[in-house]
Amino acid sequence: MDDLRTVSKDVDANNTKISAKNVQVYYGDTHAIKDVNVEIKERTVTAFIGPSGCGKSTFLRSINRMNDTIDICRVEGDILIDGKDIYDRDIDPVQLRARVGMVFQKPNPFPKSIYDNIAYGPKIHGLAKSKADMDEIVEKSLRRGAIWNEVKDRLHAPGTGLSGGQQQRLCIARAIATEPEVLLMDEPCSALDPIATSQVEELIDQLRENYTVVIVTHSMQQAARVSQKTAFFHLGNLVEYGSTDDIFTNPKDPRTESYISGRIG
Amino acid sequence: MTTLAFAILLAACMVAYALNRRAATGIRDGGQRLHSVSGYHGLFALLMILVPVLVVILFWLALQGAVVNTLIMSSLPDGTLDGLGAGQVDLILAEIQSISSGRVFGDPEPWKTAAAERFSGMLQTASLGLVLVTALLSLGIMFFARGKVSAEFRARQGVEKIVSGLMIFCSVVAIFTTIGIVASLAFETIKFLRLVPLTEFLFGTSWEPQIPIRADQIASTGAFGWIPVIVGTIVITIVAIVIAIPIGLLSAIYLNEFAPKTVRSVCKPVLEVLAGVPTVVYGFFAILVVAPAIRSLGAQLGIPVAPNTALAAGGVMGIMLVPFISSFADDALSAVPRALRDGALALGATRAETVMNVLFPAAIPGIVGGVLLAVSRAIGETMIVVMAAGLMANLTLNPLESVTTVTVQIVTLLIGDTSFDNPKTLAAFALGMMLFIVTLIINIFALRIVRKYREAYD
Repeated sequence: MDDLRTVSKDVDANNTKISAKNVQVYYGDTHAIKDVNVEIKERTVTAFIGPSGCGKSTFLRSINRMNDTIDICRVEGDILIDGKDIYDRDIDPVQLRARVGMVFQKPNPFPKSIYDNIAYGPKIHGLAKSKADMDEIVEKSLRRGAIWNEVKDRLHAPGTGLSGGQQQRLCIARAIATEPEVLLMDEPCSALDPIATSQVEELIDQLRENYTVVIVTHSMQQAARVSQKTAFFHLGNLVEYGSTDDIFTNPKDPRTESYISGRIG
Repeated sequence: MTTLAFAILLAACMVAYALNRRAATGIRDGGQRLHSVSGYHGLFALLMILVPVLVVILFWLALQGAVVNTLIMSSLPDGTLDGLGAGQVDLILAEIQSISSGRVFGDPEPWKTAAAERFSGMLQTASLGLVLVTALLSLGIMFFARGKVSAEFRARQGVEKIVSGLMIFCSVVAIFTTIGIVASLAFETIKFLRLVPLTEFLFGTSWEPQIPIRADQIASTGAFGWIPVIVGTIVITIVAIVIAIPIGLLSAIYLNEFAPKTVRSVCKPVLEVLAGVPTVVYGFFAILVVAPAIRSLGAQLGIPVAPNTALAAGGVMGIMLVPFISSFADDALSAVPRALRDGALALGATRAETVMNVLFPAAIPGIVGGVLLAVSRAIGETMIVVMAAGLMANLTLNPLESVTTVTVQIVTLLIGDTSFDNPKTLAAFALGMMLFIVTLIINIFALRIVRKYREAYD
C-alpha cells in the first residue's frame, strides 16, 4: 500500500447531490443493505469499496432504480437526488435513468454501429432536432469519452468489434450522451488490462468537472487514485465514509483498517 | 436361433469387458503404471467385439433369405422352370416356403414337398451357422483383445477411435437417408416427365389429373399444370403465416419481457400444449367451427364465401404454428445477454424500446429460424388441408375461395387403387419433388437474409 497516490482535493464545499437515508435493500428474505446513510457531493468522484458481496453494487443499483428490474428486490428508506425522493410515486424510473447514467462491469455495447450506440440514448429521449444535431452529440460524447480519435474514421463499424478498453470507453460515452447529472460505474475496469484501466481512470478524473461520479471498485489503489470521497461497505453496512485521504491514511473503524491493510477481504 | 446369436454376442461383450478390466487392474496392482485406466481396457474389448460381430450378424440376416432362395430354385429338378415367367417362378417359391412353414393347400407335387423339406433344412443350417460364426468370432476377438492388455497399451485412444467412428456412421446415416429420399423422388419424377412434358407441368395453368380407363373414353385427357396447385399452397401458407407471426412474436415478447412470473408459468405450458394437438384435431376445428363461422359472417356482409375457404384452412394452420414461432422467439430473446438489456434500461429506454431496438435485432437469427420452420411446416402440412381445403384446383388468389394444395393433391392421387405406370400416380411424385425444391429454396434465401442483417452480440 506504499504506492497510494491519494488525490487530496477539497470537495466538502460542494453541494450534496445524492443523499440516502436509512436505506434497506432486500433480495427476497436476504437483507442485503442495512440502514445506509450517505451524502454524495456534487462534481466529486465517490468510491464504494468493500469485499465481494458486501452490497456496494446493490446500493449503486438502487440509485438509478435498476433494482426495479429484479422481481424479488425491495428497497426501503429514502434516496434523494437534488432533494427529491427518487422512489416517490410520481418519479418515472425511465426518466430517472436518463438523468442517472450507468456503466457496467463488463463492456456491453449494443450489437450496432459505434454511431448508433451513442445515438441511441439521445434518440429515444428526443435530444437531437436534426441529423446534424445528432452528429454533433455523437462527436461530443465520443470526445468526452476520450475515444473520438480512435473511432472517428469508422463510426459505422460495429461497436462490438472494438477492443475491451475501447468498448468500455464507448459505453461511458454512450452513458454521457444522454446528458446525465450522475454517472454510476459498477467496477468499470475489472474486465480491462492495465493500460485500458489507466485510460479509463484518467477519463473518470476528467468527468468530475461535469458530473457526479459514483464508482464501485474492488481495487483500493483505484479508489485512492480516482476518488475524493470513499465509502467502505462490509456485510451490507456502510462502515465508514469520509475523504479518501482519511480513509486510507487514518481509518477510524478497525474493520476499515483491517480491509485496507489486507486482513479481511 | 437368431436370439441365441444375439445372446452369445451380449455375453461375449460382458465377459470380455470383465476379463480385460480385471487383467488391467492386475497389472496396476502389480505396481506398474497403466497408460489407460482399467475401465478403458474393458470398454476396448467390449467395443472390439460388439461392432464387428453385430455387423456380421446383420449382414448374415440380410443375405440369408436371398441365398437360400437361390439355392432352392436351382436345386429343383431340371426343366421345371423352363418357359415360366418371373411371376410364376415367384409363385412357386412362395408355395415352397408356405409348405415348409406347414401351410399346405391342396395336393402339392412331390417335387415341391421335397423342395420344402430341403428349404427347412437349409434354414436350420443357416441359423446354426450364424450361431457358430457369432460364437467363434466373439471368442477369437476376445482372445485377441485380451492379448492386447499391457501397461503401455493405449486403450483409451482405441475406445475414442471406435466411438468417433460410430458417431461418423450415425451422421452419415442421416445424410444418406436424405439422399435416398431425394433419389427415389427424382426417379419417379423422371418417369412422370417422360409421359408429361416438363413445360406443361411447370407452366400449365390447369390441373385435372384424370386418365382414361378405356382407350375410347370421351373427355379423358388429363391436364397436369401445377401452377394452380402451388398457388393454392402459397395462398394458404400466406394466410397461416400472416396469422402466426404477429400472434407468435407478440406472445413471445409479452411472456419474455412483460409477463409476471405467475402468468408466464401458466401461459408457456399452455402454448406448448397447443404444439402437441394432433393436426387431425385442428382439421376438425377448421371444418366444424372456423369454416361455418367465416361463411355465416360472409353471408351477413353479403360477400360470397366458399364452404371450404383457404382462409379457414390457413387460419387454423396459423394457430397451429403459433407455438413454433413463439417458443423459438422466446428462446432467442432469453438468449440475449442480460448485459444488453441492462445497458438499454440504464440509458432510460422503456421496456418496449429495449425490446424493439436492442433485444429484437440481436435475437433475429433465432426468430427467423422459428419462422422458417413454421413456413416449411405450413407448406408441407397435410391433414388440416385435406380436411378443410378444397379438392378442385382453382387458380385464384382470393382467400375466400376454395383452393387445393400440393399436399392434398399428393394424397388424393395416391389414395385408392393405383398403378405406378400412369401419369396420374406419377404426378404425385413430381409434386413431392417440387415441394422439396420450393422448401429448399426458401431455406437458402432465408439463411442469406439472416446472415446479412443479424446483429451479432458476442
